[in-house]
Amino acid sequence: MKMNKLIFPLMIALAATLATTGCKKGTPKTTQIPGEGQFGIGTPEPNPPLPNGNPIEPGTGSGIGTGPGTGLIATSDNWDPANMTQDRAALAADTIHFAFDSAVVRDSEQSKLATVAEALKSDPNAKLLIEGNCDERGTEEYNRALGERRALAAREALAKLGIDPMRVRTISYGKDKPADSSHDEAAWSKNRRDDFVLCLPKTGA
Amino acid sequence: MKKTILNFLIITLAAIALNFSNAQTEIQISREGMKPIPVALDGFTGEAAEVLKFDLYVQGFSFVTPDAAQYLIHGSDSGNVIGTVTDKLARKVILSRSYNGASLRQQAHAFADDIVQAATGRPGIAQLRGTTARIAYKSQPSGIGPGEIYVSDFDGYNAQRVTSDGAIVAKPAWVPGRLALFYTSYARGNPDIFYQSLTSAQRRVIAGYSGLNTSAAVSPDGLKLAMILSKSGSPNVWICNADGTNLKRVTTGIEDSSPAWSPNGDWICFATVHNARRRLAKVPAGGGEVQYLNTAGTPSPTEPDWSPDGKWIAFTCQFGGEFDICVLPADGSAAPTVLVSGQNPSWAPNSRTLVFNHGSNGHQTLSVLDVFTKQYKDCRRATGNNSQPAWAR
Repeated sequence: MKMNKLIFPLMIALAATLATTGCKKGTPKTTQIPGEGQFGIGTPEPNPPLPNGNPIEPGTGSGIGTGPGTGLIATSDNWDPANMTQDRAALAADTIHFAFDSAVVRDSEQSKLATVAEALKSDPNAKLLIEGNCDERGTEEYNRALGERRALAAREALAKLGIDPMRVRTISYGKDKPADSSHDEAAWSKNRRDDFVLCLPKTGA
Repeated sequence: MKKTILNFLIITLAAIALNFSNAQTEIQISREGMKPIPVALDGFTGEAAEVLKFDLYVQGFSFVTPDAAQYLIHGSDSGNVIGTVTDKLARKVILSRSYNGASLRQQAHAFADDIVQAATGRPGIAQLRGTTARIAYKSQPSGIGPGEIYVSDFDGYNAQRVTSDGAIVAKPAWVPGRLALFYTSYARGNPDIFYQSLTSAQRRVIAGYSGLNTSAAVSPDGLKLAMILSKSGSPNVWICNADGTNLKRVTTGIEDSSPAWSPNGDWICFATVHNARRRLAKVPAGGGEVQYLNTAGTPSPTEPDWSPDGKWIAFTCQFGGEFDICVLPADGSAAPTVLVSGQNPSWAPNSRTLVFNHGSNGHQTLSVLDVFTKQYKDCRRATGNNSQPAWAR
C-alpha cells in the first residue's frame, strides 16, 4: 500500500508524459487550432483623422552653443510650417553639404548660410524650415538622428549670424528623401545636405 | 512496477541531459555556431511542406536523406495536418499528433512548433498566444513611395496594412502582449510618434514635439516608452509613460539613436557617438551614468535589440557601405560575433531567432535568421522594399 502511494503520482507523471509525446501507437492526439477570431486585426483602413496629440511644446534649453553641432539650442518655437506658404525655390541654391558621417558645417558653406540669414533679416515675417538629409550609407534610425543634427547645426550657425532660433524649425528625413537616388559617391555627396525652405505667412492670414 | 520506475528514471535522466545540452548550446552562440539538426521530411505537400521547411530551417534544422537524419518527420496534409516524429537514435516516436481547425498553414506552423519542442525541449517560434507569430515592419510593396506600416505573419504571409497616410513612416514597435503598435509617421509634416491599436484602429500622437520624435521602444511591462527626441537641441533618449506623460531625458550625448530596453526594464541600450566614435552604450532607465559596451571589431554599431532572456544584444554594424548583423553578450564577457549581412535585427521570444532585413538599398528583403547556425530564409511573400521589422513578443 505504502509503495503504491509512492508510485501512483509517478505513474500519473509518466502517463502525462506519454500522452503529450504520444509514445503509444494508435490515434494521435489532436490539437484544435483556433481561427483568427477575436485575435484578428481590425480593418486597418481608412485611417481615422489625424489626432492633434501633444501640442508642440516650447523647448527648455537655453542660449546659443559655442560651436556647430553642440546641441545647446533647444528646438523651441510656436509656429507650424504646415500653416505657412512654403517657398522651396527661394533658397534652393543655398543647400549646404556635409562630409560623410559628419554634422559639422564646413567653412565652404558659410557664404550660403550668410545668404539664408540675409533672406530672413530682409523679411521679419519670414521663418525657416531646415531639412536635414543623409546619404544611404547608414542605418535608417541612425541617419534620422544624423539628419536632425545636420539641421540643428545649421540652425546654430544661423544663430551666430544673428538669426533668432525661434524663427527656425528643423526636420530630419534621414535617408528617406535623397536628392539623387543613384548609388555612388557623386549621389551620396549631393544627398548629405540641409535644404532651406522659406516659410511665409499665408496671404490673407 | 519496477519497470515503470525505471522508465521514469530514464525520462528524468534524459530531461537532465537535454537541459545540459541546452546549456552547451547557449555558451556556443558567440563562437563557431552550432551544427544544424538533420531531419528527413516526408509525406507533406504544397503549403504544409513549405511552412514546415521554412519554420524548421530558421530554427536550426537541416533537411537530409533518412539515412543521415537524426529525426524522421512523417505525415500528411490531406484535409488536416497529421504527423509523427521518430528519434532514430532512440528508436522511438517522440511526437504523434493531428491538427484540426483554422487553416492548413496554421496547422503546419503548430506542427513545426511541436517538432521543435519535442526535438530540442525549447518552445518553437511559429506561434504566439494561439495565433501565428507576427511581425510589424515598414513596407513599400511596389518599391516606391514613402511606405506604410504593415503587420504580417513572421514569414511574411497574411500581410495587412496598418497606416494609409502616404507619409514617411518608420520603426514600428509592439506593445508586449497586445495587438498595438507605436511607430513614427511624418503624416503631420513632422516625424511624430503615434500609438495605434490594431483591433480598433484607434490612434493617438504620443510625442509630437518640435524636431525629431522617433525610435519608440516599449518597456517589457508595457508601461513606459523610450524614444529619440531632439527638442532639447540634440537627438537624445527620453522616456515617458505609455500615454506620453511624465517625460524625462535620460541621455545627453551629441547624437543618440535606437533605444532598446533590457528585459528586466532596468536598462536602455542605445547607439551614440563618444570621442568621435560611434558606440553602443547603456544607461539606467531612470537616468544615470552611461556605460559603453565592448563592440570591438564591429565598426559603427547601431540598432541594438536586447534578447528577451537578457543574455544577448543584437545590432547592426557597418563596414564601409555594407551592413552586418552582430550579436554581443550583454554582460560584456566577449567581443561581438558577426553573423550575416543585414540590418535591423529584432529578437523572437526564444532569444535565438532574429528577423532582419537585407539586400541593396531600395530593395530590402525581410528574413528570419537562426543565430546559432546562421541559417536564414527570406520572407519572400513580402515583396518590394521592406525594413525595420519588429517581432511581436
